[in-house]
Amino acid sequence: MSKALYVARSPRIAARKLGEEMLVMSAQGSTLFTLNPTATILWQAADGATPLDEIVERRICSAFDVKREDALRDAEALAGDLAKHGILLLSEEPIGSSSPVKEQPQP
Amino acid sequence: MPVLDTQVERYSVVIAIGGVPIRVNTDAMQFLELLRKRYAGFVSAETEAEFEFDIELAEPTFADDVDVRVRYNSGRWFMERGDFRAEWNPATRKGIIHQTANPYSIDAVLRIMHTLVLAKQGGFLLHSASAIRNGKAFLFAGVSGAGKTTISRLAPNDATLLTDEISYVRKHDLGYLAFGTPFTGELAKLGENTSAPLAALYLLAKGPENRIEPLPEADAGRELLANMLFFAEDQEMVHRAFQAACDFVHRVPVHRLTFVPDARVWEMIG
Repeated sequence: MSKALYVARSPRIAARKLGEEMLVMSAQGSTLFTLNPTATILWQAADGATPLDEIVERRICSAFDVKREDALRDAEALAGDLAKHGILLLSEEPIGSSSPVKEQPQP
Repeated sequence: MPVLDTQVERYSVVIAIGGVPIRVNTDAMQFLELLRKRYAGFVSAETEAEFEFDIELAEPTFADDVDVRVRYNSGRWFMERGDFRAEWNPATRKGIIHQTANPYSIDAVLRIMHTLVLAKQGGFLLHSASAIRNGKAFLFAGVSGAGKTTISRLAPNDATLLTDEISYVRKHDLGYLAFGTPFTGELAKLGENTSAPLAALYLLAKGPENRIEPLPEADAGRELLANMLFFAEDQEMVHRAFQAACDFVHRVPVHRLTFVPDARVWEMIG
């Protein structure tokens, strides 16, 4: 059985939902990213305490008509990509309170 | 035996852009006159200033090919480019600029300073022309060649040009104000030193007909960020600029303005 994977939002990222799209900006190189719907769900659920497989089951499988195994495989790849860009932090242990939510509500 | 007086005479000019007075001190009278001429219309008669810079004129020993860098370290902002080195202490509100006797270096320092000051207040500088018509301000943004100079040149007599190149946007109550700037583009004409409530941002594109289309918020946010002047390599400032852009597109109408380059385009504005 594989180890649990935990995901957390990077504290170096600012994010905001504009219309239906989630924009995130990395302080590194002032790079702007637009998250697709799956990445947005993953980003919003990445609290550092909930394992990725639980996020997939509760948030992704319930939103999309997709098998759990396929969704988990895709989510692991997506989390890896987002981590490469410094958007998410990944760990086999729960990630502490060092990743405060930077997403701002609409004024 | 006569006492030698080694005190150097200092000359000052207060340059107020966006209603923010910055005093610039120099011991070179000729350079002061150059500044007065360069910032004519933005030179304040007031002696009080919010910020202050000493200019130390130097021989041209800086490397020409260095891009602008702005970083924060130990309570001070450090700014440098091929033609200048400057630092500014936000706590004392004072700074120093080492540069050659040209108006372009201090121009860059002033732009950087204003981006830092505005970012704290939810405002920004934008690559855009801007003008006031019927008491309302309009921004016209776009990359080089998109039409900033063209639309400025086509402005009717009842429009007040704020700039043809770099606009000054400040948060005000629930909206924004646009101010004139002395930062010029191809038109080489200083903007009027005045302001008005901002009514809309137009993203320029030249085309076969005049057309205005609303832009979805996310597209507007991306375009706005692409046109904002931003220099600081600093996480907090990057986040502030991002939030400022998101706030702006949530509150101010943003449209794509496709236009034929003739005066009729102004029939749709104001």
